[in-house]
Amino acid sequence: MTLWQPSASRTALLARQSLYQTIRRYFAEQGVLEVDTPILGQAPVSDPNIDVMSIDLVHTDTRRYLHTSPEYAMKRLLCAGSGDIYQICKVFRAGEAGQRHNPEFTMLEWYRLGWSLSQLMAEVATIVQQALEMRWPTLPVLHLSYAEALRRFVDIDVHRATDSELAAIGISLAGQDLGLSRDGWLDIIMSHQVEPALPSDMLVFINHFPASQAALAQITTNVDSVPVAQRFELFFNGTELANGYFELTDPAEQRQRFQQERERGTLNLERPLDENLLAALASGLPSCAGVAMGLDRLLMHQQQASSIAEVLSFDWTRA
Amino acid sequence: MANYSTNEFKSGLKVMLDNEPCSIIENDYVKPGKGQAFNRVKLRNLRTGRTLDKTFKSGDSLEGADVIELDMEYLYNDGEFWHFMATDGSFEQHGASAEAVGDTIKWLKEQEKYVVVLYNGAILTVAPPNFIELEVTETDPGVKGDTVQGVYKPATLSTGAVVKVPLFINIGEMLRIDTRSGEYVSRA
Repeated sequence: MTLWQPSASRTALLARQSLYQTIRRYFAEQGVLEVDTPILGQAPVSDPNIDVMSIDLVHTDTRRYLHTSPEYAMKRLLCAGSGDIYQICKVFRAGEAGQRHNPEFTMLEWYRLGWSLSQLMAEVATIVQQALEMRWPTLPVLHLSYAEALRRFVDIDVHRATDSELAAIGISLAGQDLGLSRDGWLDIIMSHQVEPALPSDMLVFINHFPASQAALAQITTNVDSVPVAQRFELFFNGTELANGYFELTDPAEQRQRFQQERERGTLNLERPLDENLLAALASGLPSCAGVAMGLDRLLMHQQQASSIAEVLSFDWTRA
Repeated sequence: MANYSTNEFKSGLKVMLDNEPCSIIENDYVKPGKGQAFNRVKLRNLRTGRTLDKTFKSGDSLEGADVIELDMEYLYNDGEFWHFMATDGSFEQHGASAEAVGDTIKWLKEQEKYVVVLYNGAILTVAPPNFIELEVTETDPGVKGDTVQGVYKPATLSTGAVVKVPLFINIGEMLRIDTRSGEYVSRA
């Protein structure tokens, strides 16, 4: 095959159109507003694990950052009183290329005002079930806490395990000592042992992540009085499909987390903080739950594609 | 040698890992939604042939290994080394140690072409062609007309290899052997 030709079949292009129609019809019925926020922002994402793409505008000597998710701009809309909103857009993450990754990919992100995380998880399940209905007419849902998942598939008590216990498990899974932090080794354990062991014929929601992995989610305490993040991830058939939060609304806490991330960061050390987002939060973010979902991966499952290229008109090597 | 970063890892790339030359078989990018990115890599140790799984932090790098693969013809054994000559017209010659020849010794035949891996200019491994034709030097006398399927007897070949052959095979016959399984395929 030559590189001018698309990497997706016509069937896959049709499937994408039909998925977008299903999603838009669903949110229209629900009265959720479709929005469109800028791709090129003045401040990048704060998460040091995400490698941001930027462009320098030579004539005006300014730098703009390609969004890695529309989260910050959408939250500013929420603060301004938009009500429930959703967006389908392309987002950009440098270096993320592989069987299930393309540096430019399609995200569906939405926010529900006054909703709990459980309500949002139920809606995520509904949307995914609808999208996969042709292939899986009834797709059961399994809810696990992060601690339960690690107890069941690794046989450890994640909240009580010491750093060195986790590192020992991680080293044996990685085949070498990568000198990681506690959360780094937990990422190894999740990706190398837990995710492959999850049932492949169910939508698996994992929630109550360790508080250190809260990102922009609120922290609460679980039944054992351990602080945990009100954050979930959805896994299906070996891939991560969505990541949702009961959103942090406290601007002071938000600023503090931004600064912590900055101190931990190794890449792009000079990332400016998104002061517009912080100012918006100071004016008041209504209580809400929000989620980002990878639509290319959802299409991969629907189309039984083994590579993300098969659902993209032109993948990274052909773009 | 140059260094290769995880995003340059691809199948066939030769790298040094723990001072051993290795060939990359697979490279899979793993990125938890909110965590650090990793590359899960499957490699083959070119000396031992063993495959191993290693995870790297994305962006880490490995030194390239000075490894080349050459088609070479087997010439002779001088009692210590097995000598090969490149078939690319360069007439370049190298001697392989017993360790480098390894199990391929069973399939070494003069003027046959082998895939030789050179590491830092010395022979690391010698791989036989998938099929090779060898003469039977020893076996029980052939049973004429006996073509019963699935009944075999041992036969020693000119290289010293012993393979199972059908009952009708005689000394002096040339046989086609699959070197991967060590099994008789047909008369040559």
